[in-house]
Amino acid sequence: MLARDDQNSLRRTPLYALHVSLGGKMVPFAGYEMPVQYPAGVLKEHVHTRSSAGLFDVSHMGQIRLLPKSGRLEDAAKALERLVPQDIVALAPGRQRYAQFTNADGGILDDLMVANFGDHLFLVVNAACKAEDEAHLRARLSDDCIIDSLADRALIALQGPKAEAVLAKFCAEASAMKFMDAGPRKVDGIDCFVSRSGYTGEDGFEISVPAGDAERLAKALLDNSDVLPIGLGARDSLRLEAGLCLYGHDIDTTTTPVEAALEWSVQKSRRTGGFPGAAKILADFDQGASRRRVGLRAEGRAPVREGAPLFADATSSEPIGKVTSGGFGPSLNAPVAMGCVPTAQSALGTQLFAEVRGQRLALQVAAMPFVKNTYKR
Amino acid sequence: MTTTLYTSDHEWLAIDGDVATVGITDYAQQQLGDVVFVELPKVGRALKKTEAAAVVESVKAASDVYAPISGEVLEVNEGLASEPALVNSDAQGKAWFFKIKIADKSELGGLMDEAAYKAHTA
Repeated sequence: MLARDDQNSLRRTPLYALHVSLGGKMVPFAGYEMPVQYPAGVLKEHVHTRSSAGLFDVSHMGQIRLLPKSGRLEDAAKALERLVPQDIVALAPGRQRYAQFTNADGGILDDLMVANFGDHLFLVVNAACKAEDEAHLRARLSDDCIIDSLADRALIALQGPKAEAVLAKFCAEASAMKFMDAGPRKVDGIDCFVSRSGYTGEDGFEISVPAGDAERLAKALLDNSDVLPIGLGARDSLRLEAGLCLYGHDIDTTTTPVEAALEWSVQKSRRTGGFPGAAKILADFDQGASRRRVGLRAEGRAPVREGAPLFADATSSEPIGKVTSGGFGPSLNAPVAMGCVPTAQSALGTQLFAEVRGQRLALQVAAMPFVKNTYKR
Repeated sequence: MTTTLYTSDHEWLAIDGDVATVGITDYAQQQLGDVVFVELPKVGRALKKTEAAAVVESVKAASDVYAPISGEVLEVNEGLASEPALVNSDAQGKAWFFKIKIADKSELGGLMDEAAYKAHTA
């Protein structure tokens, strides 16, 4: 079980003591005490992940198994398809894909990863949503599935160009995995679930490990001179440069997958319905959504942050949208942001203005990812 | 001879006659983390004590820098625009923010000396 700090009721992951010993600056995040940075600082941590390898504690995220009561995986896959607009039935054993739980209005309740582990499905969901997600699964899928929340496992991400070489020392099979391969693997003799995926735009892995073995494994990985521990600060700047959505910021219950520019994640086979909010989402596919998530690059050096209103020109008084996440991109050495704007203003190269401290700063709608991803396909 | 004074908001002022050079303290830059952008006041602007005079942005967040005293901005450190990381490497030296003509010397009485500031951040 995860330890609980009674004083402020923030939870701690199995790697809490390690973070403190490494000099992690601990902050509250999604109900947990998590390291926002280590002594190296956000910039160095970010750049190190892109040039070498970074280790992230993402144990606050929810890990849930769906076991088909019939014993047939297809029944669990069909059941889950009632809650997501993704094709889960066609997901091959040993493969993982990105999905969203949608609501009746077509909005996104959470985004998640779904893996086919042969005899069950393995889900990774956001920390802030995991209790609601689990309740949602229990309420809607209990007839067909046993919903098994894995509270006794840590989740470690190892990301960056050196991740494969480092992990291969502890798990020879890691090198043979391709992007979005996932399944049980032994890592340093420990029974883990390994996927070749992540949240940085870099090649890398996420390793689900029993809580009792987590610190030993993290230390073994960190013993390699190519690996630095990376905090939430750099995790955010890395995912922003990679153009990846942050739930609760870039996507939420009011954005549909089409508005979120996540059409690629809805397989053609599902564009006929059978999931919550299908009427709205299919209408968005058919007729186009009225607004859209876009990438934004600033012309100046000032970071444009979440919440900044967006305007069509330098003088108009009515905002057309807002910045949903933004900050400084260390690999680009420039500000970078995402925002939600009317589709008419979403074309690449469109000039927009963000209001920051009373000034209108020029931005351009830009292609994402901002930094080319290096997934091993 | 210059005297250095400090505010409880972690600004430093080097007083030389009726001119004060203002920056943020080494303690402040450590708390902020990697600085990526600094916005400075316009030369000639008349600052009132405690009003927002400059903005310093780290990778994590934007923070206001307040005018520690009232007075007119005489000069700003243009070097910070191209090299904001100077704030991390030399907060109390090369990374000064602006120089201000002291309007009312009695305002200096409310500021801390180095020993008091050290106690404040201990």
